[in-house]
Amino acid sequence: MAHNTNVDPNTPLEYQSEIGRLNIFGFWIFIGAEMALFATIFATFFALESGTVGGPLPGEVFDLKNTIIMTLLLLTSSFTSGLSINELRRRNVKGMMVWLVITLLFGAGFLYMEIAEFLHLIHEGANMGTNAYWSSFYLLTGTHGLHVSLGILWIILVMFQVKKQGLNPDTAKKLFVSSLYWHFLDFVWIFVFTSVYLLGMVG
Amino acid sequence: MFDFIKDNLILNDPLILGANISIVFTVIGVVATLTYFKKWKWLWNDWITSVDHKKIGIMYILAALVMLFRGGVDALLMRAQLTVPNNEFLSSQHYNEIFTTHGTIMILFMAMPFLLGLMNVVVPLQIGARDVAFPYLNNLSFWSFMFGAILFNMSFVFGGSPDAGWTNYAPLAIEGSPGPGINYYLLGLQISGIGTLLTGINFVVTIIKMRAPGMTLLRMPMFTWTTLITAFIIVFAFPILTVTLALMTFDRLFGTHFFTLTDGGNPMLWSNLFWLWGHPEVYIVILPAFGIFSEIIATFARKTLFGYKSMIISLAAISLLSFVVWVHHFFTMGGSAAVNSVFSISTMAIAIPTGIKIFNWLGTLYKGRIEFTTAMMWSVAFIPTFLIGGVTGVMLGMAAADFQYHNNYFLVAHFHYTLIAGVVFACFAGLVYWYPKMFGIKMNERIGKWAFWFFSIGFNVCFLPQFVLGFAGMPRRVYTYGPEDGWTALNVISSVGAFGMGVGFLVIVYNVYYSYRYGKREVSGDAWDGRTLEWATSSAIPPHYNFAHVPEVKGVDAFHYMKQEWKESGKPEDPDYKPIHMPNNAGVPFIMSGLFFVAGFGLVFELWWMAILGLVGIIGTMAHRSLTSHKYDKGYYVSVDEIEKTENRFKREA
Repeated sequence: MAHNTNVDPNTPLEYQSEIGRLNIFGFWIFIGAEMALFATIFATFFALESGTVGGPLPGEVFDLKNTIIMTLLLLTSSFTSGLSINELRRRNVKGMMVWLVITLLFGAGFLYMEIAEFLHLIHEGANMGTNAYWSSFYLLTGTHGLHVSLGILWIILVMFQVKKQGLNPDTAKKLFVSSLYWHFLDFVWIFVFTSVYLLGMVG
Repeated sequence: MFDFIKDNLILNDPLILGANISIVFTVIGVVATLTYFKKWKWLWNDWITSVDHKKIGIMYILAALVMLFRGGVDALLMRAQLTVPNNEFLSSQHYNEIFTTHGTIMILFMAMPFLLGLMNVVVPLQIGARDVAFPYLNNLSFWSFMFGAILFNMSFVFGGSPDAGWTNYAPLAIEGSPGPGINYYLLGLQISGIGTLLTGINFVVTIIKMRAPGMTLLRMPMFTWTTLITAFIIVFAFPILTVTLALMTFDRLFGTHFFTLTDGGNPMLWSNLFWLWGHPEVYIVILPAFGIFSEIIATFARKTLFGYKSMIISLAAISLLSFVVWVHHFFTMGGSAAVNSVFSISTMAIAIPTGIKIFNWLGTLYKGRIEFTTAMMWSVAFIPTFLIGGVTGVMLGMAAADFQYHNNYFLVAHFHYTLIAGVVFACFAGLVYWYPKMFGIKMNERIGKWAFWFFSIGFNVCFLPQFVLGFAGMPRRVYTYGPEDGWTALNVISSVGAFGMGVGFLVIVYNVYYSYRYGKREVSGDAWDGRTLEWATSSAIPPHYNFAHVPEVKGVDAFHYMKQEWKESGKPEDPDYKPIHMPNNAGVPFIMSGLFFVAGFGLVFELWWMAILGLVGIIGTMAHRSLTSHKYDKGYYVSVDEIEKTENRFKREA
């Protein structure tokens, strides 16, 4: 747990403390648990896919253009999140912060579009209580959206700490871990996009 | 507010009224005692906020014993009701509530915390670590478990208990059960499940990253191995429970259609998801039990564990198979013959690695110098008794035959043979075995053996007749039967056995008191001539930093090996002490868990303001953690002076 004093300077900052190494490894295990969580939600979605009685069919109300823009926003934010970690490795706080702000803006744009889409769907008569299909649709996209919202709050909190304390093994670890989380959300979205929207349009 | 309390407080049932009154008196008694002896500060500083894995473990075990009492009373009430035909001791609704809470409490609030408690006490010591990887998280795990348990247990005096069985099948639990009961089940399990998941992550990281130098994976004690594999199962199984509970919570509170009968919902999805978690869950409780027996049998047979590697391979095989057998819980639900066959085969396949373990234990006993201590007696009794549970499990696993056994007392007898002879025997054995490590005294052996005979004979008298009752057609979860059914004699025998188990439990509780009063204090850390590192500490109860010097491991049974070396070449002089880094206590996890309780209670009664208040509070405490972690994680150093003082005191005593 102690901060090791004599570490190889080539070791990335986030791996330099014992607690940093433990946290990062622990976070990977946590992402494993998140995988199981989303896998269960996907399974639920596929199991209830045919439960479309009494509501609009997904193909009728989905707007593919909209979701493609959402997908591009989130994919780009994952890339800029990666760039911010690149700047972290170069110990360039300013560049890192700029990329983080861009990441968050893309994330916020994604969220804005998702909420707008939900409102549109509710207007079309597809809400959480309409039928099993829409229940599981909102569960899947909503859980993902909730993760994105928490991710935005979390990264803002971490940026605030970097502003105050500068880069050290502790803040570097938090930046690294939160970016892992962000990439994971992007990864999950790819499956949401494919299995909910693309397959929904075809079906 | 007053009306809300008046509407929900249950006062019309004499049994529950009695419980109400005794709860009030117990709370007054505890508060008065703590205030009179000025122990509030001690409670907060030494226990509630403690991140010491040994103390957290002890708290888990205490909570588990209380829950064992509650679940045991439920069991005795059921047996009392079923002893004679047409009994009117319990109403059908009350009976439903009691078998539901009995099952839920015994699995989730008794077996799990008991084993997690033993893991907490033992595993860091066994791998030569100072604490778990994330001590703050460990404290949070305990308190979220505890508050989840409190929320669940409140139900029977406030608002009514869940009544749809511990499996809580839809649609009974949605359309068929209005009132807050099922909400208590959903939220109580959700909150304690968070704690379990965090413990799983914590132990994976602890065991993989924090082992003492020289302790390769293949030198780890068997209990540590079972803990590691259990922790992996937790990480992948508990999120399934989280989602499943959330889905039904949405169905009940927000009108979604996941498990409903109407609008495309599918009640059978609940059964699938529940058992996708539920089957791994039974391995989460049985694998650590296997680990405990392995440690005890090796210690008291004075031999190293026979077939160490085959044991690990079979553990891993069981953990993988545990995820692909869930359909065997509902062979009769209407799956095709092909589906049932696949799951029938995967179910029976589990008997192979489990059988390997039985031979490992027998091989360890073979030609050992067996010493029949209480812990060893529980372990030796486990082997044949558990075998009955296992063999009847294979019988149930045959899909075609299962149509005959399904939902009758044969099944009830089967899973009690695995869960009591497996898990409960292991909990008692582990408690006796590691008692000196936790409290510095041994439990009295003579009284312990009385408890063993009462409990194990009572257990067999209680559950062997139930196999026969199953064949005679008695269904489970019925609150009464007629004299013409011909089940009376066996039910009477079964109730006598249950009474014997109750006596056994009381004797164990008495033994705790007796040992506290008359037990001789242990002076060395090695109470049983142990083989693994938890016995290598310099005192009976290890100091908070566990080891003054991190031990070096040179083989399986590290401490045994060390003792052999000392015998040949004398005990080496201790090198100089160095300051030891330790984590700080933390009070925020307790508050965060309290807020989980507030949010959970709000959701149970659909008091939205309260739920939102709780959730905002939870996010607030999480933000607080993020903003203060850099200060918190610094911890503190135990000075060389203090270590010297402590260690010298131990040496004098020895």
